[in-house]
Amino acid sequence: MFSKSTHDIAASFSRRGVLAATAGLVLGLASLTGAKAADDTIKVGVLHSLSGTMAISETTLKDTILFLIDEQNKKGGVLGKKLEAVVVDPASNWPLFAEKARELITKDKVSVVFGCWTSVSRKSVLPVFKELNNILFYPVQYEGEESERNVFYTGAAPNQQAIPAVDYLMKEEKVKRWVLAGTDYVYPRTTNKILEAYLKSKGVAQEDIMINYTPFGHSDWQTIVADIKKFGSAGKKTAVVSTINGDANVPFYKELGNQGIKAKDIPVVAFSVGEEELAGIDTKPLVGHLAAWNYFESIKTKDGSNEKFIKDWQAYTKNPKRVTNDPMEAHVIGFNMWVKAVEKVKSTDPDKVIDALPGIEAPNLTGGVSKMLPNHHITKPVFIGEIKANGQFDVVWKTPGLVAGDAWSKELEGSKDLIGDWVGKKCGNFNTKTNKCLGSGS
Amino acid sequence: MPAHLSARLCSLALSLFLIAFALPAFAGPFEDAVAKFANDDFSDTEEAIGVVAGSGNPLAFPIISALQDGRLMADPDSKKVYVTGADGKSIDAATGAAVASVPDNASAVRLNNRLRRSVDAALGGLTLQSPDVGTRLQAAQSVFKSHEETALEAVDAALAKETNRSVKTALGEARAAILLFKTDATEVEKLEAVATLKARGDQDALALLTGMGDQPASVTKAAASAIGSIQSSLAVWSMVQNAWYGLSLGSVLLLAAIGLAITFGVMGVINMAHGEMVMIGAYTTFVVQEVIRTRYPGLFDYSLLIAVPLAFLVAGAIGVLIERSIIRFLYGRPLETLLATWGLSLVLQQAVRTMFGPTNREVGNPSWMSGAFELGQITITYNRLWILVFTLAVFMILLAMLRYTALGLEMRAVTQNRRMAASMGIATSRVDALTFGLGSGIAGIAGVALSQIDNVSPNLGQSYIIDSFMVVVFGGVGNLWGTLVGAFTLGIANKFLEPVAGAVLGKIAILVLIILFIQKRPRGLFALKGRAVEA
Amino acid sequence: MTPHMLTRSLDRSATIFLAVVAACGILIPLSNLLLPAGSFLQVPTYLVALWGKYVCYAILALSIDLIWGYCGILSLGHGAFFALGGYAMGMYLMRQIGTRGVYGNPVLPDFMVFLNWEKLPWYWYGFDMFWFAALMVLVVPGLLAFCFGWLAFRSRVTGVYLSIITQAMTYALLLAFFRNDFGFGGNNGLTDFKDILGFNVQAEGTRAALFALSCLALIVGFLICRAIVSSKLGKVLIAVRDAESRTRFLGYRVESYKLFVFTVSACMAGVAGALYVPQVGIINPSEFAPGNSIEAVIWVAVGGRGTLVGAALGAVVVNYAKTFFTSGVLAPYWLFMLGALFILVTLLLPKGIVGTFNAWWDSSKEKRTAATSVSAAAEDGVTEPKMAE
Repeated sequence: MFSKSTHDIAASFSRRGVLAATAGLVLGLASLTGAKAADDTIKVGVLHSLSGTMAISETTLKDTILFLIDEQNKKGGVLGKKLEAVVVDPASNWPLFAEKARELITKDKVSVVFGCWTSVSRKSVLPVFKELNNILFYPVQYEGEESERNVFYTGAAPNQQAIPAVDYLMKEEKVKRWVLAGTDYVYPRTTNKILEAYLKSKGVAQEDIMINYTPFGHSDWQTIVADIKKFGSAGKKTAVVSTINGDANVPFYKELGNQGIKAKDIPVVAFSVGEEELAGIDTKPLVGHLAAWNYFESIKTKDGSNEKFIKDWQAYTKNPKRVTNDPMEAHVIGFNMWVKAVEKVKSTDPDKVIDALPGIEAPNLTGGVSKMLPNHHITKPVFIGEIKANGQFDVVWKTPGLVAGDAWSKELEGSKDLIGDWVGKKCGNFNTKTNKCLGSGS
Repeated sequence: MPAHLSARLCSLALSLFLIAFALPAFAGPFEDAVAKFANDDFSDTEEAIGVVAGSGNPLAFPIISALQDGRLMADPDSKKVYVTGADGKSIDAATGAAVASVPDNASAVRLNNRLRRSVDAALGGLTLQSPDVGTRLQAAQSVFKSHEETALEAVDAALAKETNRSVKTALGEARAAILLFKTDATEVEKLEAVATLKARGDQDALALLTGMGDQPASVTKAAASAIGSIQSSLAVWSMVQNAWYGLSLGSVLLLAAIGLAITFGVMGVINMAHGEMVMIGAYTTFVVQEVIRTRYPGLFDYSLLIAVPLAFLVAGAIGVLIERSIIRFLYGRPLETLLATWGLSLVLQQAVRTMFGPTNREVGNPSWMSGAFELGQITITYNRLWILVFTLAVFMILLAMLRYTALGLEMRAVTQNRRMAASMGIATSRVDALTFGLGSGIAGIAGVALSQIDNVSPNLGQSYIIDSFMVVVFGGVGNLWGTLVGAFTLGIANKFLEPVAGAVLGKIAILVLIILFIQKRPRGLFALKGRAVEA
Repeated sequence: MTPHMLTRSLDRSATIFLAVVAACGILIPLSNLLLPAGSFLQVPTYLVALWGKYVCYAILALSIDLIWGYCGILSLGHGAFFALGGYAMGMYLMRQIGTRGVYGNPVLPDFMVFLNWEKLPWYWYGFDMFWFAALMVLVVPGLLAFCFGWLAFRSRVTGVYLSIITQAMTYALLLAFFRNDFGFGGNNGLTDFKDILGFNVQAEGTRAALFALSCLALIVGFLICRAIVSSKLGKVLIAVRDAESRTRFLGYRVESYKLFVFTVSACMAGVAGALYVPQVGIINPSEFAPGNSIEAVIWVAVGGRGTLVGAALGAVVVNYAKTFFTSGVLAPYWLFMLGALFILVTLLLPKGIVGTFNAWWDSSKEKRTAATSVSAAAEDGVTEPKMAE
């Protein structure tokens, strides 16, 4: 039973008050999370999806950066400070990538970000990095056609993957007829455009090129595999150049294997299938199909750097079966380049580091030394590997030296005159014909 | 050639050789060629294959079959090459002398696709007269594929001795293929060859006929008519092929949707976590295969048979648990079950991701589900065929269960009139739990089958949930037959649209058709009639 | 609870809601722009962008609540209208880039240049003008909703069937916009915006203005929804929700009412999308993903279906939780938290936060009233009869 006075208090404790208090609390919490003092570590942002559709590929890259930071800290960190990873989960959601990038830079005050996998996630965070002037290391092979001041592309540009692979097939397998099969998004579209132009310049007729696009996560490949088979039985040696995206590859290869398309008959060369993807497939029917990358786990190095990396990685992840792959190597190179650049200018200030990075060299895991170019791409060797029964690759061909990454493809009409040069011209899309920096430039 | 067979053949040849011949070592062209295997250069290897295969040396077969199986070891330093037998015994490839052990730095001679083709062609020529019918057939087929002039003599010799009908046909076709490309073959021979290929009538024959290059006029004409007739027969077959693909896709859709037809169709629960039940079934298969791989490798072919009941139990048990802990509080509020089960699907996905890692897991095909067979001019893969059979079996069993068992009777009673059923003494809450468990269990079984054709990853369920809802709604909620017809209709329509419109547009067209169809029949293909509908 | 009390209580919470939104819309931009960076009360720019996003989601949630909470139409495809509005705005922003694109083409957006498109497809015409784009933000989603609704409501597609075909609609659009041939940038969508109405989209002032504008849109949207649901039309809508056949038998043209409110709701969603795009800086097909639409429905459920304030609050709460959980040590577990939140809300708070709060408030009020009368009665010396054992 209420006494009179408490009753009055209760009555005056209105709904208005409660709601307003709640709103105030929420707002207050939000602004509180915004303020945090910088301390004596150097913060490194990790922007890879840990959930959603891309977690399948990106989780490993998050682990890679954590591993590299751990190793670096064992060596005493950078500039006498320990590195500290700030991990966020953009959850395979593209606008969330932008939000998280902003959070990493503004709230956590990171000095550099390692992240993104898909082109769309990179495109989504790009304005944020430009606006807030920070550094992104992007470790995945992509379609090119970009050179931004704040982004360093450690994955392959099309001329470091697609064109050497096609050359190999023409030379070694005498392929005359081509199926360009890809998932319908920008990377396959651009790569196929480039390849189509390249093949035509090598005298391949239009009717000997078949281009096919499928939606993301396509799982019923019966018709397309049958079409490939049909296309391949026109009396000329046929090969498939696959830019099929991660998840759709397993059913694609399963269907190939089951319909009896052997690598001997119609080889498939893939640009998105690496050790990680093969770990989910029974590879016995796929022996002989190809992949083009800048790194393979199976590569033996003279100085044992790859072997050591694999051993340390497996020890760090406490999983003796954990595989390594190409984007991981790209992160290794990028991370080491960043460390060297920071040590060179003795500062983590993005402007200084960005200016110091071109020209920095770092060993890659295949025995060579990669160099950051003025267009923010790096030099890489190109390897063609055949799938082996154990899910690894047997390198059947490699470029004699390192190939410099082209930001702008020479095969495409719109970009053949463009170069990226952040050292001399201070411009990512410089037209060498008109001698002008196009668009907004920086 | 199956590995075990060639291994057996090889060791047979090897021992025969060791007994009968003991050639002294001469440094001739054969030995030089063998030494080239040690150069680790694809062009040298190819050259060596040609010389060795054409040498007539009895060691040729053991060397080349060892090369095919990765048992040809080369020491890059001493340039010595060894053939290791399946039984662990090794010989020096150049001399045939037995060696105690292969040096440690020797590694298997590497092949690439071009070399594999050369090896096949060489082995084809070498095994045309093998005592084994299967080997001979395979040899004839690889000669057909490579159709190299040098093999003509061997083919003729083999044809003269051959008694088996199918091998004889294959040899005839191989001969025709060779003659077609042989520049100095007579016109009569070529016309005969065209006729033989026309009779074969498949893609490969078409490929040879279209790619044969310059020929005498009469041959070109005959070839053109042969091409025409093959093409028109293939066009008919491609319709059959589309229909088959449609059935196959339909069976996958049906399998994914059939559990939903129970939970959604019969119980009215919008179960957004249905896809995750499928995923759990697939992961159960993975676990079963993992255990079998490590403990009882001999049982691998039975892994799916073991996984089916287990997946049913695991997914079913989880289903019952979900029903008891969440769904039962939400009956009569179908849209809220949608929200709760959506939350549940997030939790289950992340749980699997945490337990098994975010990457794909390997689920292998047992041998009886691998490969394909030819039916006329279409290829039917065993895994698709088995999935179709399996789906229909599951459907029939489910139908029979609903019709003939006590539980089925109770389920139908509760669905049609819950209160009346309760008054008749049916424990409705128990029936609810079991029905939900049944639907989930069937989703789990679907997962076993889908693991054979798709990724086993935490995202597996997501890719089927929308299609499953479409199938159930298209077919008519609450009607299992509707689900069956719906799934196959959508599957076949999709597969006939795909070659015309492409995979993406085809799928969009199907979705638009479903939307329009629902306007015509707002309650699906087979609408439930009666008062239950309005409830 | 009498209808009178209902309207009165709605009025009160509505006033508070509007006051809070207006205060946020004014104070947050002011604090962001006027106070020195780093001071305790200054709202950092990234929070302005973040909260701007939440406000857009709140408008989307309102539009869903209007049809689901008051008319019983559960659309699992409302994200499609949101995304279409966003694309219309995105197309305007793309055209504003002009020669500042990487290829410097004055007309064609970058993605068209590198896929060798020669001229602008016809459906891009006019989007260089803001008024046209703004009109399209309303017209495109509205028209789609009108056509879709006209077909569906006339054929009396209801309940889960409607929900599933709305899902089919957004899924089909998702696939269509993924196609690069479609001319909307494929998977990458539209991005790298520069200016809106001549102001740099990344400038702090523009962000603050967009935030204030979003708050204004939320207020206007809220008032429109309030006006609809508290009018006679709104009563009919509620009748349709609770007993569609009965309403039809009473002589109302149910489909016309549904069609009207569905179209209005789609336009609102379109506006939300249009405001969302310049603030997050990208629009791409993943906004059409059916999962997004389902999530938007969940915001409404969490906040309280059938309470407009609840819908908006739910959108903010759930998205704030998402932001909070996806960083820091909780990042690997955030899906557990979010999933658990959805399950617990549906189980424990079936009316959502605001609905439960209202119910609790009303019942405690009743109790208090009862308590007052009892205590008054006790003072009068009257005792309650004891319950029989």
